[in-house]
Order: sequence, then C-alpha cells, then structure tokens
Amino acid sequence: MKNVKIKVSNFNFYYGSLHVLKDISMEIVENKVTGIIGPSGCGKSTFLRSVNRMNDTILGSRAEGEIMIDEKNIYSEDVDVVDIRRKVGMVFQKSNPFPKSIFENVAYGLKINGVKDKYYIEEKVEKSLRDAAIWDEVKDRLNKNAFELSGGQQQRLCIARALAVEPEVLLMDEPASALDPTATLKIEELMQELKKKYTIVIVTHNMQQAARISDFTAFFMLGDLIEYDLTGIMFTKPSKKITEDYITGRFG
Amino acid sequence: MKRRDVDGIIGFWILRLCVAAVFAILIIILYDITSKGIGKINWQFLTAMPRNGMTEGGIFPAIIGTVLVTIITAVLAIPLGMGCAIYLNEYAGDTLITRIIRISIRNLSGVPSIVYGLFGVILFVQLMNLGTCVLSAGLTLGLMTLPWTITASEEALKNVPNSYREGALALGATKWQSIRTNVLPYSIPGMLTGTILGLSRAAGETAPILFTGAAFFLPHLPKSLFSQFMALPYHLYIMSTQHHAISRVRPIAYGTALVLIALVFAMNLVAVVVRYRLRRIKME
Repeated sequence: MKNVKIKVSNFNFYYGSLHVLKDISMEIVENKVTGIIGPSGCGKSTFLRSVNRMNDTILGSRAEGEIMIDEKNIYSEDVDVVDIRRKVGMVFQKSNPFPKSIFENVAYGLKINGVKDKYYIEEKVEKSLRDAAIWDEVKDRLNKNAFELSGGQQQRLCIARALAVEPEVLLMDEPASALDPTATLKIEELMQELKKKYTIVIVTHNMQQAARISDFTAFFMLGDLIEYDLTGIMFTKPSKKITEDYITGRFG
Repeated sequence: MKRRDVDGIIGFWILRLCVAAVFAILIIILYDITSKGIGKINWQFLTAMPRNGMTEGGIFPAIIGTVLVTIITAVLAIPLGMGCAIYLNEYAGDTLITRIIRISIRNLSGVPSIVYGLFGVILFVQLMNLGTCVLSAGLTLGLMTLPWTITASEEALKNVPNSYREGALALGATKWQSIRTNVLPYSIPGMLTGTILGLSRAAGETAPILFTGAAFFLPHLPKSLFSQFMALPYHLYIMSTQHHAISRVRPIAYGTALVLIALVFAMNLVAVVVRYRLRRIKME
C-alpha cells in the first residue's frame, strides 16, 4: 500500500460569499506526481494554494474542513502557518525570482529561517541548483542578477529556491504555462527526478502535460472534484461522461 | 487638407501652447529672481549675521534656521510616515475604517498650511508647553509633511510586485520577514523620493512657522531647539512686506529668494537622483 502524504477531508473554501471549493475529499500519495486539471475558474489553483495556506493572505477568505499532512491538520488552530510553508514548497505560475543575485535567491529561504553557517549555505545553494537541473547553466555567474536568466531558467531557479528549504511537498501552479516547449520539457523531466524525494502536486491546464507527467490525476469543475484516479485510467476509461468530454477536448 | 487633419493640428498646437505658457512663466520668475538676486550672493551674504536693522549683512541665521527646522521635520515625518504607510499597505485590510483613514490622510495633504500653523500653536507651543521655538516649528512642519510622506510611501509599496511577498511567504518567511527583506529594500528609494519632495515643500513654507517659532530678527544662531530662529521664507516675507525701508532691502529680499529656491531645487535634485537610482536597480 502506498503512503498517503496529504489527506483532504470535506474541504470547503470561500472567497467572501463565493463558494469556490465544494466538499473536496482526496488522498495524495507520497513520492508521486498528482496532476490537477480542469477548466479556468474551477478552483484548481485555489485548491493548490490551500495546501500551503497561501490563501490566508486573501482578505475575506474562509476555509472549512481538514487538510492533513502527515496526520496533522494544517488548519487546526495550534498550527504555525510558517512551519507549514517550510514543509510545503510552492512554485508559482509566473516565475518570480527576487531582484537579487542568483545565489541570494536560493539562499533566501535559508537565511530567513535563521541559517548563519556560510559553508552550509553555499553547499545547500549548489545542491539545490543541481537538483533543479540549472547548476551547469549558472555556476559561473552566481552573483549575477536573477533577472538576467531566461524564463525557463528563472522558473528552475524558483524550483531550486523552493528546494533549498528542504520541503516535503512541492506545489506547482502551472509552472510551465509561460515557457516554450524546450523549457517545458526540461521542467517535466526535472519533475520525474524530483518525485523521488518529494510529493508533487501540479496544476496544469495542459491535458497532454498531465498525461505525460502525473501518476494520479484529479479533475475539478466549478469547485467540485469530479473524478480522481490513476492517470492511466483517467485518460483511457474515465468513469464519468463529463471527465471524458473534458479530456477529449469537447469543452474547456 | 482633410477636416480631421486640421483638427489634429489644432489640438496639437493648443497643447503645445499650454506647455509653452507654463514654461515661460517659470522662466520669467526664475530670470527675475536670479538676475536681481545674484548680485547679492557672495560668501559674506551667506555666512554673516544681518546688521543695521537687517539693511546690511547676511542671512546666515535664516539659512541655519531653515536647515534645522527641516531636519526636525524629517526626523518626525520620515519614520512616522513610513511606518504608517507600511501598516496601511501591508497589514491594514480594506475596511470602512481604513478607508476613512486613507481618505482623511489624502484630505489632510490639502489642508492650508496656515491651519497647520494654528494647530501647531495650540498643540506644541501651548498644550505641550514647548514655546515658540525650532522644535515646535519643525514638528508643525512635520505634521504638515506627514500626509505627503504617507501617500508617497504607500505608492512606493504598491509598486513592489505582490509576487515578492508571496514568494517569500511560500519559503516560510513570516509576514514581517517578507516585508523587511523583500519589500522594503525595493520601496525605500521611492519612499524617500516622495518624502524629500514633501520636505522641500515644507522648507519653503512660511505660515506654519509664523506662529510656532520663526523670529522677525535675531542676529545670532538659535542656541538650542527651544530657541526662536530665523528662517528663509519668513525672512523673505519680512524683507518684502514688513520692513521699514522696503526699497533699500529689496536686493537682500531677492538674494534670500534665490537662496531659498536653490535650497529647494537642491532637495528636489536629490529626489530625482534617488529615483533614477531606483529605476536602475529595478532594471538590473
């Protein structure tokens, strides 16, 4: 039996009076890639941002139900949201390097978490950049501003930055949507490496991408989790008609 | 020629004339003051005390007075204004109360400076019993500058992309850490730009210091923050309207005006340089 890393039970989310996630229950398996697909506005990004409580920053939002990570409900009152975010890394849709050097970008998470040891930081930065498959491209210019990198490199830098704080889960919100096919391929290959160490949840609006990279796929629509299964089953014989319609491109 | 071409040309020239008119007025004022004041400017004028009922000598105490008051203004307005702006932009939500606060701040920047002067008399001179002095005047100008500082600082904070904040939070930064390390470094130049512009405006104000500390004639420097002082704008006002021999001191008035304009111009120049550097950092 596979280990469940994240267990979502009857999770609801509201922006003010808008009910954007409706009674979601699903189990996300450790060291697998779970893809989340669905038409725009279906709540897939909101769902992702619920797993590291990034939605907390939105005024007037409200969550109900549980999201357990390692048997601990991250919405219970005694949880420090900062600890959650260290454990659950996130890569955003639009790569968002900070206007600092490449080195400082990756070291940022360590420094704010109180790491002082210079050698440890240097080692960790190199390791994270290697793990994000960008080390060879940047090793000679670590002190250059991160904005000098290409879009695909910036996104891998952001992945390295997330890896540096040693998360257990990696959330990716359409990480390749702004990238060209070559850069996208690099990110996808990278994810296959990363899942050996991390549990990955990725939101994508690209069906082929979901089929290529994910082990499990969840289909969201209008805030409901319509269907959730092994990717192979989802894309060949989904149990619901609406899933099939979406996957075959009849709407969305 | 087609009708719409003619329309376009007329519109273009009307706009151009507007700019030319404004520019011409500016040039005339600057030319008038510079041509009549420059002859008065020399080392002695800048560094000597006024003498002989202010008909001779220099404007040294007025320069020092204005500089001192502006420093106090900065000491009050910069930290307080930036603090308010950070709270309003980063922490305060969009509620009815914060909206009222924001509107009030914007309205305060339109309150006539004489009203600040009267308020300063009541609060600092009388209620806090500081007396008419450098400190009271500086604090009054500081209050007057606050709305400008807050508004400019809030704008500067708004210019920092939200992704910097979210990126930091997602790495396990606390809210304050994300602000301190990933928002403030990129907004402080913009904050300073707005603040310096506000300060340069304060340095040229007469009404708020009129009742709170500026003296008609003091042939010495202020001994402490609790002394009265001379200031450039007030000195200029005296020399051009209140002096018993106005025509004789006219050159001194022009010289004072020129020094005051130069001071304000220098501060604005600093603001421009700061802003330029900010842009360069953003481009990198």
